Amino acid sequence: MEFLSYLISGISLGSVYAIIALGYTMVYGIAKMLNFAHGDVIMVGGYISFCAMNYLGLPSIVAVLLAMAVCTVLGVVIEGLAYKPLRSAPSLAVLITAIGVSYFLQNAAQLIWSAAPKVYSPVVAGSLSLLNGQLTIPYVSLLTVVVCLVIMAGLTLFTSQSKLGKAMRACSEDKNAAQLMGINVNATISTTFAIGSALAAIAGVLLCSFNGTLMPTTGSMPGIKAFTAAVFGGIGSIPGAFLGGLLLGIIESMAKAYISTNLANTIGFAVLIVVLLVRPAGLLGKYVPEKV
Amino acid sequence: MKKLTIKRTTRTDFITYLGVIVAFLIMMFLRDQGVLNRSLTGQLVPICCYISMAISLNLTVGILGELSLGHAGFMSVGAFSGIITAMSLQSTIPYTPLRLAVAMVVGAIFAAIAGIIVGVPVLRLRGDYLAIVTLAFGEIIKDLINCLLVGYDSNGLHMALNLTGSKSITDLNLQPDGIAIIKGAQGATGTTTIASFTAGFVLVMITLVIVLNLVRSRTGRAVMAIRDNRIAAESVGINVTKYKLIAFVTSAALAGAAGALYGLNFSSLQATKFNFNTSILVLVFVVLGGLGNIWGSVIAATVLTILPEALRGFDDYRMLIYAIVLILVMLATNNSQAKALLGRIIPKRKGAETNG
Repeated sequence: MEFLSYLISGISLGSVYAIIALGYTMVYGIAKMLNFAHGDVIMVGGYISFCAMNYLGLPSIVAVLLAMAVCTVLGVVIEGLAYKPLRSAPSLAVLITAIGVSYFLQNAAQLIWSAAPKVYSPVVAGSLSLLNGQLTIPYVSLLTVVVCLVIMAGLTLFTSQSKLGKAMRACSEDKNAAQLMGINVNATISTTFAIGSALAAIAGVLLCSFNGTLMPTTGSMPGIKAFTAAVFGGIGSIPGAFLGGLLLGIIESMAKAYISTNLANTIGFAVLIVVLLVRPAGLLGKYVPEKV
Repeated sequence: MKKLTIKRTTRTDFITYLGVIVAFLIMMFLRDQGVLNRSLTGQLVPICCYISMAISLNLTVGILGELSLGHAGFMSVGAFSGIITAMSLQSTIPYTPLRLAVAMVVGAIFAAIAGIIVGVPVLRLRGDYLAIVTLAFGEIIKDLINCLLVGYDSNGLHMALNLTGSKSITDLNLQPDGIAIIKGAQGATGTTTIASFTAGFVLVMITLVIVLNLVRSRTGRAVMAIRDNRIAAESVGINVTKYKLIAFVTSAALAGAAGALYGLNFSSLQATKFNFNTSILVLVFVVLGGLGNIWGSVIAATVLTILPEALRGFDDYRMLIYAIVLILVMLATNNSQAKALLGRIIPKRKGAETNG
């Protein structure tokens, strides 16, 4: 029974990672950049929903929608101001800019909301009791898993069926060829950032509900871990990000329960290293041989 | 009359050495005159460490062309092994500068070992995958040292890993004369600070000599050939793994020495000091200074370590301004339009290199 409850907590945490990783993977796939500011967009999403619920007294669903709207705008603005001018710059320059944006968001949040942690009450209260109360599952955990599955299915459908989704895939394969086919590459990349940031807002709400606290640095570690998860599953692949996130969450939860509380992250990262050594492109990634 | 000609690279190298020496003498003079304020004096040793870190990371990122996001991990290994060495040898080597030197060498050796452990399997990966593994390595090192308990007494060194959070320093069963060196999450406390600005200067000079000579040597040319085109380099018979490993391990060892000096500059040091943000900080020095440009790293490390201090007047807004400056500098130096604009204002130097 104990095992089952750890497993459920792992799956729920893993689903949060998976949602973040989906945003990471989409942006990486199309812009070929490691968006280190993604974790901080999550944090902004958390704060917006927190303010909407606690200061404005809005119902949680409205708060989530508001957070999504703000983060979408934020993502597009960041992309337009900081990343778009660097389209043709070396990838390291874009990486450092992303880090600059990350510092900026963290410090701005610290100025606006102060560094002290805020208590975040879950968007959905209560828990489901099973097997005569031996096993309790918070509704938030269930919600997280469902939301994650819906997002995964939605994104898969979107990228494979819709015109915009196909344009995204075309851009991620070959930007010049896509442009020749009449695809507006810049607009497509901006849309990707918008979707990624909206996902980050949802992830922010779920992450804060899971953790129960909110700080300006809330997003950075989950951001790094979700990035790990995306690499784990094969970066650029949507099912890969889902699988990677889920596995990372479960490994972390199990390691915390059975091996060591202090080394949970270490074990997750160690598994990542081993996986990458065996499968250098990640679990579901495609290995592309170099051409001379 | 035969004109004395020196190669351009050699000239640049000598100017770099000279610049560092002059800067050191000026700083020494200013410090002795009491012109420098307290916060800047306290920054002198960390600046030397960061310069050394930036130069060594430049070897990996700029010369070898592999993105490493875990350089602080090597610094951490060097710092804590250096602290353990210096604290254990307190009675054996009473002469402080020698003890500091030994600690730095030990720090470098341990960091080099860590470099080999990480490098051998990982250098097969490419690009962003290597970046994520080095990042993971940095986090692993941080967590492991956070669990580490080390003490020293007349029976020698005692070590334990605090895996479940239940152990404390008393579990090491130290003799009454023993000293606790590393106390888990509290880190190393009560360290005798033996670092000095002169040692920092020597470290920077040694780092410069090693890296510049490596870059200008046959090995360095092989490393750069791998960076520019791995397949072509392989086809002319360059042993890719060997040269990658040489560059990577040298870089790790230098970071270890810098870490040891850094660790011995503070009486209290936690493993969380060397987290992902520190790795990124050093990477920022390297990229802003110019990839592969050694003296650029020196200047960027110095300016960017002083900048947050100089911005202290802005109080809470200081890191915000730092972030904005960082973004603006990256935009100004990498955007083609901004570059064209700058080019019109400042005429291009003759034969100026384009830094990636």
